[in-house]
Amino acid sequence: MKKSLFSEKPYRTDGGVSLPHLKETALSPTVKMPPPAYVRLPMQMHIGAPCAPCVKVGDKVLVGQKIGDSEKPFSVPIHASVSGEVTDIAPLRLAGGAVVETVVIASDGEMRQIEHSPISVENEEELIRAVRECGLVGLGGAGFPTHIKLRPGDKKIDTLLINGAECEPYLTSDNREILENSWDVMSGVYLVKKMLGIHRVFICIEKNKPRAIEVLRKIADSSVDYNDEVRVLPLPTSYPQGAEKVLIKSATGREVPEGKLPADVGCIVMNITSISVLSRYIKTGMPLVSKRLTVEGGAVKNKQNVIVPLGTSVSDLLAFVGVSDEDVGKVMFGGPMMGVALESTDVPILKNNNGVVVLTRKEATLGKTTACIHCGRCVSVCPMRLFPLRLEKATERKDTEALERLSQMTCMECGSCAYACPAKRPLVQSMRLGKALLREKNAKKG
Amino acid sequence: MHLCKCNRAMPLHCISKVYFGGTEIFMKLYVSSSPHLRAPITTRRVMGDVLIALLPCVVAGVLLYGFRSLLVVGLSTLFCVALEYLCSLVMKREQTIGDLSAAVTGVLLGLIMPVSVPIHLLFVGCVTAIVVVKQMLGGLGNNFVNPALTARIVMLVSFPTQMTAFTTAQMTDAVTTATPLAKDVAQTALWDLFVGRVGGCIGETCKIAILIGLVYLLARRVISPIIPVCYVGTAALFSLLVGASVPFHLLSGGLLFGAVFMATDYVTSPVSKGGRVLYAVLCGLLTMLIRLYANLPEGVSYAIVLMNIATPLIERIPFGKPFGKGGKSSV
Repeated sequence: MKKSLFSEKPYRTDGGVSLPHLKETALSPTVKMPPPAYVRLPMQMHIGAPCAPCVKVGDKVLVGQKIGDSEKPFSVPIHASVSGEVTDIAPLRLAGGAVVETVVIASDGEMRQIEHSPISVENEEELIRAVRECGLVGLGGAGFPTHIKLRPGDKKIDTLLINGAECEPYLTSDNREILENSWDVMSGVYLVKKMLGIHRVFICIEKNKPRAIEVLRKIADSSVDYNDEVRVLPLPTSYPQGAEKVLIKSATGREVPEGKLPADVGCIVMNITSISVLSRYIKTGMPLVSKRLTVEGGAVKNKQNVIVPLGTSVSDLLAFVGVSDEDVGKVMFGGPMMGVALESTDVPILKNNNGVVVLTRKEATLGKTTACIHCGRCVSVCPMRLFPLRLEKATERKDTEALERLSQMTCMECGSCAYACPAKRPLVQSMRLGKALLREKNAKKG
Repeated sequence: MHLCKCNRAMPLHCISKVYFGGTEIFMKLYVSSSPHLRAPITTRRVMGDVLIALLPCVVAGVLLYGFRSLLVVGLSTLFCVALEYLCSLVMKREQTIGDLSAAVTGVLLGLIMPVSVPIHLLFVGCVTAIVVVKQMLGGLGNNFVNPALTARIVMLVSFPTQMTAFTTAQMTDAVTTATPLAKDVAQTALWDLFVGRVGGCIGETCKIAILIGLVYLLARRVISPIIPVCYVGTAALFSLLVGASVPFHLLSGGLLFGAVFMATDYVTSPVSKGGRVLYAVLCGLLTMLIRLYANLPEGVSYAIVLMNIATPLIERIPFGKPFGKGGKSSV
């Protein structure tokens, strides 16, 4: 008998914390937001080269029309998300602080779509082209161009991992995508698997989403998959199971070395919403122009998942769902563990955003920082087997040698250490500082 | 937009122009580094749990040695907290009595005193623990040796007579006659050792109370079982190898109390799993070496304090490799 390529249980991973799930929106259907008065579409929503606008001020555009592209391979085109008129093209400061050339489109409210038809994909070449034309980037957070990821050059790929772990508290957008568009997810999986010739696919979902697991299993079992090469792998409910490196370890037992990519250990990891978006693009020809976001947190009146046109201002989204404006402490993109706190809600929603969490002032208040008591909790929860307390001390004395010895760069800033710290030390902040020190040093050397 | 940069650990406050449904309002948004969620655990809660775990020992001390033990433990706690308060004032440090660490030191110190300890000597011990060992070395988290144990050693060396004048437990006579079935004298002696009907320090003799405390600490995940298990295990193995009585060595003296409450002190023990194993094994080995081959009757305090001093060295040994660097999963 051939040995199964699949392990029955996920492999053991190190560390991790158990967080409150707070996923109240998991069972409520997604609502669609009406087109806002205007959208702002930055010419860079991905890692890589920015696009150049291919529209002028005054142009009329339709939903799905390409408005920015670049010659460079490491780049992803941008499409109009509403129909209307281009009113401005100017630099805009985004949530992360980067200033990017941005196309502003005043919506005519009609959401007229550009003519589109199903895409035919017969081979790998066509798939890669379709992925790029779809405007797809890693929707889980990083915004890595998907067409680059799917073409790892001469590295041999034997496993495709679909990331539906969604281990951050509050967020349920991937979960809703699975439940509402399960056939899109699965047809996307089969398509990518076939085109890339991969014979082992894991769909990784945390155990706290039993319905999603059940739905996808049903399809996987009933599909024409004679070799049984697509499996749904329930992951332990522990943060950060959804982090790429941890996910690969869980499913395959392999560890991605520091500074390397999943392809270096034979894996491709795709976010579950990414694959669903791709499959819809192939089916309809309508590129990525809208995104489902979980709007959650104590200050939100109607907690729900909302589909918004890309480029919608966070302010408009919050006005749509309703926020108790008396008591807003913190607004952030993403979940509370790795999300970015916004200094202003006047920023556009990008492709890789999957939630807006609005905390009340009480929820946003972090405990007072006290002296480190050397308890070792940060060490035992670190999924990367690092020593955060020692890294913090090394950063404090700017000891780059110690930072290197302690593998500061392996840290992925998941926040488990800072979460678990009884002294409430700002460990992730310190990790970032430590990384910056090392980068600075290496820049000087190089 | 107006930004005001606060203290390093505090979030930035941003006054942001926010639009809600067309109306423009100003609101203050907190901006800070992720994560934006913290576990409910605090240093105070950890120390509170240790205090709760020590409660059975205090009760056992009172039952075995009378109300003076409560006086000793109470006064030592009071002294320690008061000294911590004064030190913070004098040294112009942030007031830290609220984190309960001084109270833990006080209770620990009280429990490792003989019940007859003169109060003025107890005060000297508290000064050593809090002022010299803890505060003069930088306060909580910076002392390299366990304050309570170091204070005991200082007292033992300075006032050997008073510190070793152990009163035998009051209940001895009453209870020995109540167990006529125990014919084997050695067995009776071991049972006495287990329940604490022997002379010794207030909190160290009743092993039942210590085990209750241990179970509580483990259940609340305040400590991991590594250090107590490796410490006691090594001591047992060593006595077995040299032909000494294993149960006698495990049940006598301060071994169990030291392994559960002293060697597990966060500040002065290693953080890595491998480091903890090495530390605890060496603690056990040193304890037995001192007990069997040195001129001292008891070696727990010295063994733990010596290993406290060696902890920074142990920490330099790289146990395990980070993710993706060839290491295997720890545990």
